[in-house]
Amino acid sequence: MKIRIILAASLKTFTDRTPEVALEADTVSGALQALTDEYPEAARGLFDENGDLRGFVNIYVNDRDIRTLKGIGTPLHDGDEIFLIPAIAGGACESVISTERMKAVTIEEKEIRRYSNHLQLKEISIKGQKRIMASRVLVAGIGALGGVVAERLAAAGVGTIGLADAQEVTLEGLQTQTIHSTRDLERPRAAAAKDRLKKLNPLVTTVAHQEQLTGDNVEEIIADYDIVVDATDNFVSRYLISDACVLNGKPEVFGAMYQYEGVVTVLGTKDGPCLRCLYPSPPPAGIVPTCAASGVVNTLPGIIGAMIATEVLKLITGGGEPLIGKVLAMDSWNLRYHTLHTGKDSGCPVCGRSPVIRAVQDIDYDDFCGLREDPDEEPIDLIEPEELARRISDGDRITIVDVREPHERAVHRFPGTLIIPIGQLARRQKELDPEIDTIFVCMEGKRSILAIRTLREAGYTGPMYSLKGGFETAAQIIFPNEGAWL
Amino acid sequence: MAINDYTITDTIDITDVTCPVTFVKAKVAIEELEEGEILRIHLNHGEPLENVPRSLGEEGHEVLEKIDNGDGTWELIVKRGAD
Repeated sequence: MKIRIILAASLKTFTDRTPEVALEADTVSGALQALTDEYPEAARGLFDENGDLRGFVNIYVNDRDIRTLKGIGTPLHDGDEIFLIPAIAGGACESVISTERMKAVTIEEKEIRRYSNHLQLKEISIKGQKRIMASRVLVAGIGALGGVVAERLAAAGVGTIGLADAQEVTLEGLQTQTIHSTRDLERPRAAAAKDRLKKLNPLVTTVAHQEQLTGDNVEEIIADYDIVVDATDNFVSRYLISDACVLNGKPEVFGAMYQYEGVVTVLGTKDGPCLRCLYPSPPPAGIVPTCAASGVVNTLPGIIGAMIATEVLKLITGGGEPLIGKVLAMDSWNLRYHTLHTGKDSGCPVCGRSPVIRAVQDIDYDDFCGLREDPDEEPIDLIEPEELARRISDGDRITIVDVREPHERAVHRFPGTLIIPIGQLARRQKELDPEIDTIFVCMEGKRSILAIRTLREAGYTGPMYSLKGGFETAAQIIFPNEGAWL
Repeated sequence: MAINDYTITDTIDITDVTCPVTFVKAKVAIEELEEGEILRIHLNHGEPLENVPRSLGEEGHEVLEKIDNGDGTWELIVKRGAD
């Protein structure tokens, strides 16, 4: 059967950036085999050491999750499309706001004009607007995405908006953010956002939670809210928020972005899935760059943020068709939209029939997301940036391997290195000299560790070092006077 | 029927606003009533008189009567429909 495999951006690393592969296969399993025959590196991204499909990759055949079909044995037909969608960090239901709370709200003269657009809409109208005014929504992560969500919800008249964020406004953030201004630089993002929302709509109450969400505080913070929006940018926060929402009965609207692509879904409702149903485990640390390391087109947060806010309004008003049991995945650059059907996993450790996770305090989220060193694993040798700078200026015989992606190298150049993207390392190990030290460089110092592990598994025995802190930390030390750092 | 023949629950004046606020104000006022109760709306001739009764009808309320005041304004008598 002639079929096509369509890969999400973060998996294209393994296929030399090819977004779409045309193949002949009779089953999903055969298609994956054909894909890995053509692109051997893809095997590492898709399968674990036992040859099982990794938990962070979901496979759809023509928008249907293969778990609802016949798994990897699902038969294929001519023209079928297989979508490989990894986790990225980046039906009508009842309103979550009770009738009593709705009725307790009165719409005053000043609100009639301010909210006249929604009051005119039959699907929202007076009752919907009252529910919006009675609602309390927590937005976790006030960056590009969370900022758009918070602005739309404030303008809509959401009664109380919580802003959970521990970071400060940076210059790098302003290209993608609209909630923060140049004059907010270095201010806490939550406090700056609170000021902006006050100007946008003084009728809503805003609460700044200037702290990192952790297992110790997340339940206390979300307790005051009806709905939680996850607009964070890391897997630790995402699994923490999803688990906390399930355990505390809060619906969650989840949104993530990567470069030009975004996904939106509703999690944690009674009949719908949670994050662990969709993705039982996060990708190994470093394998998928965080959006901080990969860039995002600055129009995307407006699209995905507005979609998240629309889902929130649907949950509040009880109208429309929310993304429960469905993932909306869009590629803004190639203009592809897909609504992929998902389902609750009856074996889910949090929301399944016999849950084993009963409290967020019981989980070590750093460990779960692979951010803690495995004590059994051979340690990785690190090299300090100062040491590398000295060895370069001494003219030592060393090999420096840059494992960053082309778009990262284009912005921050590192001259004199051997360029091998992480997906090609095993195949190209002959280019390395095992007699001399090889130093691996990436953006943050995480993928360089993954690179060393990959080569060790592939049988390379020469001495290997990872540049501590990656290029981000080292650039100013190694190139103090050069324009390599733009 | 004359205006005094109706049992009016609430009265609003929308002569000081224009479309779409005319309709929104009428809608907010009528939804505050119970089913079957009557709202009296004081509105201008022209666009409000053309649009407000039609829009309230589309929302499921019953326009019982339009009374011309002879000074460019009208009284609209509307019965609150079911939810």
